[in-house]
Amino acid sequence: MTGRSIPLLAWLVACYAFLYAPIAFLVTLSFNASRMVTVWAGFSTRWYVTLWQDEVLINAALLSLRIAAASATLALVVGTLAGYALARFGRFATRGAFEATLAAPLVLPEVITGLSLLLLFVALEGTIGWPAGRGATTVTLAHASVSVAYVAVVVRARLAGTQAELEAAAMDLYAPPWKAFALVTLPLLAPALVSGWLLGFTLSLDDVVVASFTSGPGASTLPMVVFSSIKLGPTPELYALATVIVASVSLALLAVWRVQR
Amino acid sequence: MMRGRALVVAIPWAWLTLFLLAPALIVLKIAVSTPADAVPPYTPLLQWDDGWLPHLQLSFDSVVLVATDPLYRDALLLSVKVAGISTLICLLAGYPMALAIARSSLRYRSLLLFLVMLPFWTGFLMRINAWIGLMQDDGWVNTALLGLHLIREPLRLLYTDFAMYVGIVYTYLPFMVLPLYARLSQLDPVLLEAAADLGAPPRQVFLRITLPLSLPGVWAGVLLVFIPAVGEYVIPELLGGPQAQLVGRVLWSEFFANRDWPTAAALATALLVVLLLVPTCVLVVLRRGFGAAMRRWV
Repeated sequence: MTGRSIPLLAWLVACYAFLYAPIAFLVTLSFNASRMVTVWAGFSTRWYVTLWQDEVLINAALLSLRIAAASATLALVVGTLAGYALARFGRFATRGAFEATLAAPLVLPEVITGLSLLLLFVALEGTIGWPAGRGATTVTLAHASVSVAYVAVVVRARLAGTQAELEAAAMDLYAPPWKAFALVTLPLLAPALVSGWLLGFTLSLDDVVVASFTSGPGASTLPMVVFSSIKLGPTPELYALATVIVASVSLALLAVWRVQR
Repeated sequence: MMRGRALVVAIPWAWLTLFLLAPALIVLKIAVSTPADAVPPYTPLLQWDDGWLPHLQLSFDSVVLVATDPLYRDALLLSVKVAGISTLICLLAGYPMALAIARSSLRYRSLLLFLVMLPFWTGFLMRINAWIGLMQDDGWVNTALLGLHLIREPLRLLYTDFAMYVGIVYTYLPFMVLPLYARLSQLDPVLLEAAADLGAPPRQVFLRITLPLSLPGVWAGVLLVFIPAVGEYVIPELLGGPQAQLVGRVLWSEFFANRDWPTAAALATALLVVLLLVPTCVLVVLRRGFGAAMRRWV
């Protein structure tokens, strides 16, 4: 059992080939001159020009970025409080139920999350008149309610790895709890806050099911537009969009990875 | 101090009550309401139509319909079957992959892990869209198979169960590999060496030490793949054929096409029950049978 075996290594290569074949396909075909999505007809950047001029897609992308940023920020606030309570408060009265409810979105199928949140928004509108209709606000709240669970997991894991004694020391030196939190805990948490926010941001940007349930007319997010356009048949323009996404996400993740090392 | 603590717990509790507990209760409530041609399309549970006392109008029609109508029952069974097979494929493909990553030298390990996670961040719909292109009659998959002389004419791949399985396995493979890796990388190499020193052949070292110690990672991976796969909507819709009526798709069309909210809510409840029951049963059976099977095989 020295660890290295040829079949295992070959399998590893095959699996990575499987994971990256679709991405290689997207990037290659996005530079295709032909309208066909399979036949290669020479190099061209025409689909990037088409993409740049596609107002429907660009508006949907801007809306999605706004929703993703707002929902990630909202989830960051609530999720940090929840993660902090779980990591630092020991066995408080409602801990068991709190933990189970908090983790539920991690394992609930998207169709259930989407349906139940839509029904909530309809019921709220019927009883207190808010939110009036559905659109960007309801999608933001729905995405935040999913992301809270992820932020809490990341924050809790980070706090478990840092010492509660540091905060205790600050409070021994007469810092009020909020000040100990702001000056000691928050800086310690910074990497977790960044990755929690990014996690929420990408989850929101990638979601089509929950958004389809909780959105309304006039507020189609980018995945919703892409989904309906894929159903009509794939176009090279979508490959160009995918290449832009792959490139920007890779760069951003690489940067985060280098900083955190 | 204690008041501050109470507030820190109260804010997320209020959030969870509003966005998780309340929606769950509303789903249950609508599941026992009567469909109606109204906005919203169901009748209220409490009605004041006969004087002072409201009367409770419960209807279990939708619940009974979902439990007995073959359309819904088959959809649930098919979803469990498709998710089960996909989970098994992910486990069989992901276990050696996680093992290889865990045994690779430290220099490459973080890069290999990063490469497992990267596709997860690059747009789920984009990758499914790529598979649509790859599996078309003149796509890369068919071209490669024709080039290798494995087939004589292009295979029909897109809009088949095969395409759906490829999509599900592709999407959820990282969810299987990561918990397996987390477990396998914690494994103490001293144990493996001790077993080998005592004369155990590699197969036995694997079956008696590596595999049993990695089981918590296996359970975690199985749940992370199985649960979302059962409720999957997008992949069967885009890659599967019209026959692939998984429960997510049926729920979607009940809600959006038929506007039958009570049936959709009852179906969501049934899906949740299935998700709680199936993994529990499988775990109980496997845990009981595993020890016996190990004794027999090894």
